[in-house]
Amino acid sequence: MAFARSDRRTPPAAEPVALKLLVAGGFGVGKTTLVGAVSEIRPLRTEEALSELGRPVDDTEGVESKRTTTVAMDFGRITLNENLVLYLFGTPGQDRFWFLWDELAQGALGAVVLADTRRLEDCFAAVDYFERRGIPFTVAVNCFDGARVHDPENVRDALDLDEGVPVVLCDARDRDSAKTVLIAVVEHAAKVAEDRRQPAAT
Amino acid sequence: MTSESDRWYDDAAGPVVRPYAMTRGRTSHAADAKIDLIALVVTRHEIGDDAALDDHSLSPEHLDIVERCQLQALSVAELAADLDLPVGVVRVLVGDLLEGSHVQIHKPVPPAELPDESILREVIAGLRAL
Repeated sequence: MAFARSDRRTPPAAEPVALKLLVAGGFGVGKTTLVGAVSEIRPLRTEEALSELGRPVDDTEGVESKRTTTVAMDFGRITLNENLVLYLFGTPGQDRFWFLWDELAQGALGAVVLADTRRLEDCFAAVDYFERRGIPFTVAVNCFDGARVHDPENVRDALDLDEGVPVVLCDARDRDSAKTVLIAVVEHAAKVAEDRRQPAAT
Repeated sequence: MTSESDRWYDDAAGPVVRPYAMTRGRTSHAADAKIDLIALVVTRHEIGDDAALDDHSLSPEHLDIVERCQLQALSVAELAADLDLPVGVVRVLVGDLLEGSHVQIHKPVPPAELPDESILREVIAGLRAL
């Protein structure tokens, strides 16, 4: 049955699907800039109470097992087509909040780890986090003005990344550059998914 | 000693109505366990339909959500940012609207089904076309 277009909102043919990508990295590395470069809305900020269930520390027994902490999140939106929306979430820069991100990381398509070669150690925590949880990620080196441009392979060695993890250079302020990073993440996620579907013969 | 710069004005002073007053003190909702941060909320009523206005159990914040989600599907995260409310409050409000059949929710793809090839291809194509 065909409907004529009208001014009223007609229900979309298929159910809208929302997906998310995470943008992680050290404080001040350009996460919000990257989100802003590709988002169709200016990066929004909201507060979420995240539970500390996954906190990797020894809590004293008897203390309430679940607490929540309020964390501010920056995020953006990209409408890919009528029924597909991609949300980008920038994770907070402070390493001490990493344990809070399990809730957000759940169901993420993949992640960008934004790195600054002058402070490469700032992204160790993010790399470690995604490696341990098996979330496909791509390292994007934000080429700041004045910072020496490094060979991606050197960055790979310095971060001790697996062979398959893509390392790309980018300018987080540039829309096309940010787009290329996101495409690299999703392509990598597709490859990881394919490899998982076809486990190596034993 | 209080100098002029120490005083908080307007937005800096925080909301006049405390956020959880809008939920009548509730911090969670029966339906809320299922409402993901990127769950998409769509209003069931068409523009011009006053069904939500006629429901006197709804607060102005509920109606704000109904109105915004009439134009396009919005995630819980976007609603929270747009309405300047904590995500927890929006979850409770959306839960109320869901219960009253004013909105429907499209849940995100379950993590286990995520690496669906066709979805990933669609995402890549969509990004390239931007």
